[in-house]
Amino acid sequence: MHGVITIAATEIRIGLRNRWIILSSLILLAFALILVLLGSAPGGEVKTDAVTVVVASLSTLSVYLVPLIALLLAFDAIAGEIDRGTLQLVLASPVSRGAVLVGKFLGHVAVLAIAVSFGYGIAGLVAFFASGGGDAVALIGVGRLIASSIILGATFIAIGYIASASVRQTGTAAALAIAIWLFAVVLFDLALLGGLLASQDGVFARVVFPWLLVFNPADAFRLYNMSAIDAVVVGSNLGGAGSALPLSGLATMLSPVAWTAITLGLSTFILKRVRP
Amino acid sequence: MTEIVKALNVRMKFKAVEALTDVSLGVAPGEQVALLGHNGAGKTTLFRLILGFIKPTAGSISIAGFTPGSDAARRVVSYLPEQVAFPKMLTGREVVRFYARLKGAAPGDVQAVLDKVELVEAADRRVDTYSKGMRQRLGLAQALVGNPRLLLLDEPTSGLDPLSRQHFYELIADVSRRGCSVLLSSHGLSELEARTDRVAILRKGRLVADGPLAELQHQADLPIRIRVRAASGAVDTVHAEIGGGRINCASVELYCARRDKMRILSKISGLGAQVEDVDVASPTLDEVYRYFSNNGIEQTRRGDIQCTA
Ligand SMILES: Nc1ncnc2c1ncn2[C@@H]1O[C@H](COP(=O)(O)OP(=O)(O)O)[C@@H](O)[C@H]1O
Ligand SMILES: [Mg+2]
Repeated sequence: MHGVITIAATEIRIGLRNRWIILSSLILLAFALILVLLGSAPGGEVKTDAVTVVVASLSTLSVYLVPLIALLLAFDAIAGEIDRGTLQLVLASPVSRGAVLVGKFLGHVAVLAIAVSFGYGIAGLVAFFASGGGDAVALIGVGRLIASSIILGATFIAIGYIASASVRQTGTAAALAIAIWLFAVVLFDLALLGGLLASQDGVFARVVFPWLLVFNPADAFRLYNMSAIDAVVVGSNLGGAGSALPLSGLATMLSPVAWTAITLGLSTFILKRVRP
Repeated sequence: MTEIVKALNVRMKFKAVEALTDVSLGVAPGEQVALLGHNGAGKTTLFRLILGFIKPTAGSISIAGFTPGSDAARRVVSYLPEQVAFPKMLTGREVVRFYARLKGAAPGDVQAVLDKVELVEAADRRVDTYSKGMRQRLGLAQALVGNPRLLLLDEPTSGLDPLSRQHFYELIADVSRRGCSVLLSSHGLSELEARTDRVAILRKGRLVADGPLAELQHQADLPIRIRVRAASGAVDTVHAEIGGGRINCASVELYCARRDKMRILSKISGLGAQVEDVDVASPTLDEVYRYFSNNGIEQTRRGDIQCTA
């Protein structure tokens, strides 16, 4: 336990020192503010309140940015320490390999949580006050977005550890992380779209597609946020697919949570076999 | 008293390479042992086995009676790898504090070891401002924290300038005087400057020597070089009398076994005024090391030189 806290605290300290936190916060904030500005452009014509619109576009942004930030945080965790020789020092001390990984995980999730809360929190407040206050319930939507983004980030941090523990070179781990990102948030959706277009009889769309959608943690995250917004605003985009989904509402987030647990376990297993 | 490290008939085979063959080595409490060998001789492999990072193909290792890599064994051992780069963003103190916590050392230990390695002034500066010597001392500090009973140092002084190297060995000697065993590797004997109690030499994964330095020098029995400068015009007489080879028109050089040394020297002194100067050179530490690590090439050379005295 002592080891877990020590390792987590050091990861946070390094995250602060090497400007990781500041940089990713600013990137998220910059994108978020652009969306706030675009969202408020039509002026009084928006029928729902501005904050909800911003939350909707931010959740789409999150699908791309949060896994990327998470993977960039994670890819160096093991491979980098092997490269630099510090993993040998850590493993020569009486801490278990499981504790090393959990410590890093908690530290990295904290780094990501600070960045997301800061970036989206400020953007949410700006949207709230720019639209002249309005419904405070909309701010709960911002909180939900932040919390679910942190869960999504945690998932990709854990997935990134698998890449980092499987190879010995940091460069290879980085390439693997980018490939994972590309596959999970871009190619997967394209493939699903292709499947929908290709299957004429609609079996794919009715039986396989909803499961595949929930299977991908990034899509599950999007579904969750969309359905949460649907509850506020009737008549949103994914309404049609929503009815056929195997999981709905908060339960959709079970997908990233399960992914986190499984990949964290798997990367611990891989780390236990590493011979530093 | 039980030995801190006890390796018995250890063999380590990586797919195609046999890195260690039948190595048996013990380190007693408080003993300082130097492990020597060329690159690829198996020094790092032996350290990794002692740390429990890899398991021997055959043979056994115990650390103060515990299995390598077990929690109990890891509390006994501290390690400084050959290459280590601490996080650049952290200060020296933060680095040492990190390892102190992982080892469950008392918080006061951090200041104590920083003091010992003379990094107190630089302790709150970031590691990327440190010189190579300071980094190596920081590495030693993280190894010393938590009062380990065994220090494993893998080529700790390679790349250091002679002054930093000497300073580093003084630190290690001090640690060893306080009862901590030290097993350190190096790829030369001269680097050590005879500071260790015992020297073990690995050649291609085999232990070819293990003993106190004086004993190894004795065992190698390398020839002693005697150079005689003759008085003007007397070089031929001197040469005829003591043999060896003429190296220029005034000097004669010969190699002889240690047991013959006094006999030859008395013969030289018998030449009286015909000899102007005598220079006797014992084999250097490097020559002793090369003798063991190169499969006795020196021995062949000794065979070539006739000792006709
Ligand atoms: N993980 C490994 N896989 C394959 N061969 C290895 C591995 N580690 C070391 N070796 C080989 O074992 C031998 C000894 O290496 P090492 O212990 O690093 O030598 P030293 O530290 O004395 O320079 C070398 O031939 C090296 O190539
Ligand atoms: Mg080595």
